[in-house]
This record gives sequence, structure tokens and C-alpha cells, in this order.
Amino acid sequence: MSNSVLFDAPGPKTVVRHRLYALGTAVVLLGLAWWIYDGFNDAGQFDYEKKWEVFTTPDFIRALLVDGLLKTLQMAFGAILGAIVFGVVFGVAKLSDHAWIRWPATIVVEFFRAVPVLLLMVFTWFSLGIKQDNSSFWAVVIALTLYNGAVLAEVLRAGINAVPKGQGEAAYAIGMRKTQVMSSILLPQGVKIMLPALVSQCIVALKDTALGTLVLAPGLTKVGTQIYLEFNNRVPTMFVVAALYITVNLLLTLLANWLQKRYVGEKKPLELTAVGNLNGGAGGAGGTI
Amino acid sequence: MDAITENWDLYFRSFGYTVTLFVIAAVLSMLFGTLLCALRVGPVAIMRAAATTYVTLVRNTPLVVVFAFFSFAAPMFGLTFSFLDVHIGQFDFTEAFGAAVVSMTLYTSAFVCEALRSGINAVPLGQAEAARAVGLTFGGTMTQVVLPQAIRASVPPLASVQIAMLKNTSVAAAFGILEAVGQMRRFTNNFSSQRTEIFIFFALGYVILVLLLSFAASRLERKWRIA
Repeated sequence: MSNSVLFDAPGPKTVVRHRLYALGTAVVLLGLAWWIYDGFNDAGQFDYEKKWEVFTTPDFIRALLVDGLLKTLQMAFGAILGAIVFGVVFGVAKLSDHAWIRWPATIVVEFFRAVPVLLLMVFTWFSLGIKQDNSSFWAVVIALTLYNGAVLAEVLRAGINAVPKGQGEAAYAIGMRKTQVMSSILLPQGVKIMLPALVSQCIVALKDTALGTLVLAPGLTKVGTQIYLEFNNRVPTMFVVAALYITVNLLLTLLANWLQKRYVGEKKPLELTAVGNLNGGAGGAGGTI
Repeated sequence: MDAITENWDLYFRSFGYTVTLFVIAAVLSMLFGTLLCALRVGPVAIMRAAATTYVTLVRNTPLVVVFAFFSFAAPMFGLTFSFLDVHIGQFDFTEAFGAAVVSMTLYTSAFVCEALRSGINAVPLGQAEAARAVGLTFGGTMTQVVLPQAIRASVPPLASVQIAMLKNTSVAAAFGILEAVGQMRRFTNNFSSQRTEIFIFFALGYVILVLLLSFAASRLERKWRIA
């Protein structure tokens, strides 16, 4: 349903009314922006020399991008790679004909989808030993692998179920075995359908790396903390970190939309069942928590 | 084992915080999300643009950053929650709780808005056309005809949004609220040899809450299904 269906083309009176609404909204928004700007300004947060200069200093830009963004991307990327493996194994296991494979796989998947990532993170962190080098890095990667892997298993199952029935039947009819049907007929087509959902899941993983703060993980949030502790510029740092996250996520969203158009077409994005997919059922380019 | 069995009161109190935070933020985010959605599909261009920008920005920001904003940055322009000072039984709802509720609400509303919009897309075209044909305004069309059907159609996505929110309340642990994950972290710190049992107990708590929610959602979906 497109927007214009919901209201008639405005007449002269309505046009005037809408202009008043627009004016009111503009005043409220500007007031809000001014209130925030003024508060920050009074608190000296826009003082370039004291608060912002660090973000134009090459050394700190490098720290922010290499120790921060790169580490964060590494964690997210590692987690996604692991999650793909986990997702393929458990997704296929959930589709198995044998109940003794299907049920354990289902339980594992549902468990990791229902448990908060942060809980997994804290547990893995303590299990790896909080004093070990890199344990917080791996805690983030492992926790995100398990959670996103469980979601991807569900995405993969939905993707394979979305392949038209005739494909599998035709493959059986020409004498293919079960493994062949899965690996050379169903999976390739299923993967194509699930690509946009996979990219959305990358956004989720990337955003969740920020949870690493609670387990003292490296990455953007850590570098940000170090910077604001040294320069006492918490608010500017917050803006810079948020801006970096938002930029990368928007790029990923663009990629997901492009993949959706290129490979899935106008067909509806995947329908996924409830648990923990903030996308709300639509596994597509939407964007997830 | 005794880490939990001797501290059931702490265990249940921490889940009490989780559930309270969830319920308040769920109600508020549904309301605000619906409003955002109405703005996003409405006839006033500037409202549409504002709502769209809001949703895009918030959806791509990590929740931790939103929390940090309301915990540390908001006080600078005078937005504090220090007026909040409620004590019910053993529960204390103070400043940090207020900031948590606001962060969770504002963050989740963006997703509620998207879920509702997908619901609006599922309402047949003829419904809105008929509503306009009988002379309803935009407000009338939305409140009387489209939204009631859209909300029914978007029960499953809204349920996923709220389930994800339930799990996201755990972020409050990093901002001074002793909800389930915060308590779990404290237990694990104090009894690190029992970390597996502690993890399993807390994980089961979440699994039960999530199961209850998805059960309620599927009942609601069946009851509300448009014939």
C-alpha cells in the first residue's frame, strides 16, 4: 500500500492546515535541536581545541580506525564467518529426516536464539579466563557466532523451504541422492534467497560488537573510552563512534537492498518465525537489532 | 550449585528488574512506535522526513551508544532522571532506571515503526480506498480502518521486536542496573568455579520468559486473525 492511498489529494484548506502542521513540527524540531545544542555548548562540548582536535590528529585517527574500527570489523567478520558455518550445519540438521538429528539441532538453535548475547559473552569471557590475553576478543566472537549462527540456521531453513517444491522433486526424479539434492539443488537456490537476510545479520553482528564494552573487549568502544578518559571529551567521542557505526551499517543496508533487487527481485523477503529477529519476520533488507 | 540455591532472592529480584524494565519499555515503545509509523506514512512531508531520519539513525546505532547518550550526555542539556526515586519493596527505581527505560523505548520504537509499516503494507488497498470514499480524513482512515488491521497483521513481527527487546534489557547491566545479566556477572565473579551452573540458571530464566512471550503472541495472533 503506497502512501498516497491513505489520504486524498489535499484541497486548499487542507494545504493550509498541512503548512501549519509543517511549521509546528519545524519549530518543535528546531527547538529540540537548539536545546540540545545549547546545553552541549554551555558545557563546552563544541570547543574545538579542547574537545575535538584529537579527532583531526593523524595519530588518533589512526588509532580510531585501526585499533577501533578495524578490530570491530574483525570481530564482526569473524563472528559472521563462524555463524555461517554454524548456521549451515544446524540449518541442514534441522531439515534432517532423522528425528534424532532434527530435535537436538532444534533445541540448540532455539536455546541460542532465546539467550541474550550479553549473557553468552559474559559466560564465555569468564570461561576463557578474564585475565588471559585476547579472551575478551574471543568472548565477543564466540558469543556472536553462537547467537548469529542460530539465527542464520533459521534463515537457511526458511530459505531452503522457500525453494519451489518441484525443484527437489525433479532432482529426486532424475535419481539424485539426498545429499546431492541438498548440496547441488536446494542449497544454491536457498542461499540466493537468503543473501539479503545474511547481510542484515551482519549489521546485527556489527552493532552487537559494541556490547563488548561489558567484557572489556577491544574495538571502537574501547578506543573511544581511552580517548575520552585522556581528553575528557565523552560527548564528542560518543558522536564520532556512533557516526562510524552508522556509516558502516548504512553501507551494509545499501548492499542488502542491492542484493535483494539483484537476486530475489520483487518477491517478499523471507518470512521468519518469531524469536529474536527484530527485523520482524521479514528477513530482508530491513535491518535487525 | 549453592551460588544460586542460597541466593534465590537475588536471582528473582534481578529477573524482577528485567521484567519491569521490559514491560514499561514495551508499552511505551508500542505507543511511540505507532505514532512514528503514522508520521511516516502521513501527508505532511516534514513529519515524514523527520520520522524516516529518526528510524534510519536509531536503527543503525548500537544500543550501547543510545544508553550512553542518555546516561552521560543527556544530563549536559538538562535531561536527568534524578526526580525518579521510587522504592517498592526491595526494588529501587532511580536515575539509572529512568535512563534505561527512555533508551530502550526510543531504540525499540524505531523497530516497532518498521514492523507496523510492514503490517500496513499487508492491509488490502481497497480498505483504505473505501475509507476515503466514505469521507474519512487521514486520521480517521488510520485509527478506524487501517491501523486496527495493520496491528493484527503485524502481531508476529511485533512479537519478535518485543522478544528482542526483552533480551536487549541486558544492556542495562552495563549502566548500573542489577538486572539478570548484571546479577549473573556478579555471581560469576564471586563464585567463578560455578560459572556453568550460574550461566545455565540465568539462561533458563530468559528461555522461559521468551517462551512465555512467544506463546502469548501466537495465541494473540490466532485470536486476532482477520477472517
